[in-house]
Amino acid sequence: MSTVKLTVNGRAVSADVEDRTLLVHLLRDHLNLTGTHVGCDTSQCGACVVHVDGRAVKSCTMLAGQADGATVVTVEGIARGEELHPMQAAFRDNHGLQCGFCTPGMIMSAIDIVQRHGGKLDEATVRQELEGNICRCTGYHNIVKAVLDAAGRMKVAQAAE
Amino acid sequence: MYQTNYHRASSVDDAAAQFAKGTESKYLAGGQTLLPVMKQRLAAPSDVIDLARIPALIGIEVSGDAVTVKAATTHYDVAGSADVARAIPALANLAGMIGDPAVRYCGTIGGSLANNDPAADYPAAVLALGATVKTNKRTIAADDFFQGLFSTALEDGEIITAVSFPVAAKAGYAKMRHPASRFALTGVFVAQAKSGEVRVAATGASQDGVMRVPAIEQALKGNWSAAALDGVKVSADGLMSDIHGTADYRANLVKVMAQRAVADAG
Ligand SMILES: Cc1cc2nc3c(=O)[nH]c(=O)nc-3n(C[C@H](O)[C@H](O)[C@H](O)COP(=O)(O)OP(=O)(O)OC[C@H]3O[C@@H](n4cnc5c(N)ncnc54)[C@H](O)[C@@H]3O)c2cc1C
Ligand code: FES
Ligand code: FES
Repeated sequence: MSTVKLTVNGRAVSADVEDRTLLVHLLRDHLNLTGTHVGCDTSQCGACVVHVDGRAVKSCTMLAGQADGATVVTVEGIARGEELHPMQAAFRDNHGLQCGFCTPGMIMSAIDIVQRHGGKLDEATVRQELEGNICRCTGYHNIVKAVLDAAGRMKVAQAAE
Repeated sequence: MYQTNYHRASSVDDAAAQFAKGTESKYLAGGQTLLPVMKQRLAAPSDVIDLARIPALIGIEVSGDAVTVKAATTHYDVAGSADVARAIPALANLAGMIGDPAVRYCGTIGGSLANNDPAADYPAAVLALGATVKTNKRTIAADDFFQGLFSTALEDGEIITAVSFPVAAKAGYAKMRHPASRFALTGVFVAQAKSGEVRVAATGASQDGVMRVPAIEQALKGNWSAAALDGVKVSADGLMSDIHGTADYRANLVKVMAQRAVADAG
C-alpha cells in the first residue's frame, strides 16, 4: 500500500491504494469519478483518457503511483458550473455521441488535440489524432464534426478571455 | 494485475540499487508495454522501478555529428523536437508514427528498445543509422544490441541511459501500419551515412525481429533511388507468416516500403 497525493479537478486528494492500482481505478473506485470509463484491457480504446499534467493519457495504462504529485483533469472537471465546456457543447450540438461510452475519452483527447493544433486543425488531422479513441456507435463522422466545431468555439472563448 | 511494489527512482544509481533489492524487479518507463502485459498477467514483477522522472534520463542533445536521445524521452518529445527534425527528420517522423497520441505522450525510446518488439519502429532507426546504445555500464553498437524476438544484449538490471544516432547524409522511414494495433506490419528505415555507407533495416518482417536487408543495401549503394529497387527480390526465408500477411507478402512489403523510404529521404 502507498499513499498517493494528487490534484484532481482542482481539488487536492489523498488516497491509500495498493501499488498495483491503476489511475483509472483510483479515479473511479476511490474518488467516485465514474465519468472516466474502461472500455478494453489492451490499452487501445481510449475510453479512459484523462489529462495528467496537461497531457491526454490513458488512465488504464498508468499506475496511480506514477501520477503521485500530478495534476489530473477528468471529464467531470471541464465544465464551468452549469456551463458545458465548448467541446462538450459541440458534441451535443453535432450529435457526436450515441451510447456515450467512448465520449469522456473522446472529449479529453479532443481538447488535447485542439490545444496542440489550435487554428491549424483540419479534418484529416482530427481523424488521425483520434486513432487512439475507438467508438462503436457513431462511425466517427459527427465526432470529427464536433471537434472541428469546438476548435472554432475554443478559439473564440480564448480570445474573449 | 498481480500485486507489486512501486518505487520512483531519483537517479540512475538509485534505480539500479532499488532493482537489486527486489526478487523479480522490472524497470518502468512509459508503461505502454509493461502495464498492458502486467494487466494480462503475462508479467508479475515483484517490484517496478519507475525511471520516468529521473532528470538525467530526459532530453535530447543535437551536435553536428549526432543526435542523442536520453532513454526516458517520450515519443511525443522526439516527434516534436525541432532540433531532431532538422538533423534527422526521418527520426522525428518515425516517432510521430508510433501508436496514438496518448501512447506517444508516455512511451519512451529506452522502453521501446529494451522491449525489442519485432514490430516496433525505433529498432529500425537504431539499426539502419548504426546508432549506439548507452547504458549505465557500457556502450553497445546497434549491430550487437538486438538479439532476436524481445531479446537484447542488456543484462539483468542494466539500464539504457541514452541512444546516440550519427547524423546521416540521407535517411527515410516508411511503415505499413497495422490498422488495429498501429505497430508496423512492415516498416523500413533507409540511411546513407556521411561516409557513403548504406544501411537498411526492416521491422515487422522477420521472425527474429529487426533485420538488415543486404539485397536492398547493395542496390542502393550503386544508385540511391526508388527505381534502383524495381528489380530487387527480397527473400521470404525467415519472415513472419500470420493472419495479417504471409512471408511472401511481407517480403514484397519490405521492398515497397524501402522504395517509399528512399522517396521520403530524398
Ligand atoms: C495502443 C498502443 C499502440 C502502440 N503502437 C506502437 C507502434 O506503432 N510502434 C511501436 O514501436 N510501439 C508501439 N507501442 C509501444 C510503445 O511504443 C511503448 O512505448 C514502447 O514499446 C515501450 O516504451 P515504454 O517507455 O512505454 O516502456 P515500458 O512499458 O515502461 O517498459 C517496457 C520494457 O522496457 C524496460 N525498460 C524501460 N525503460 C528502460 C531503460 N531505460 N533501460 C532498461 N530497460 C528499460 C522495462 O523494464 C520493460 O521491460 C504501442 C503501445 C500501445 C499501448
Ligand atoms: S480502457 Fe484505457 S485504452 Fe481502453
Ligand atoms: S457513442 Fe457509443 S461507443 Fe461511441
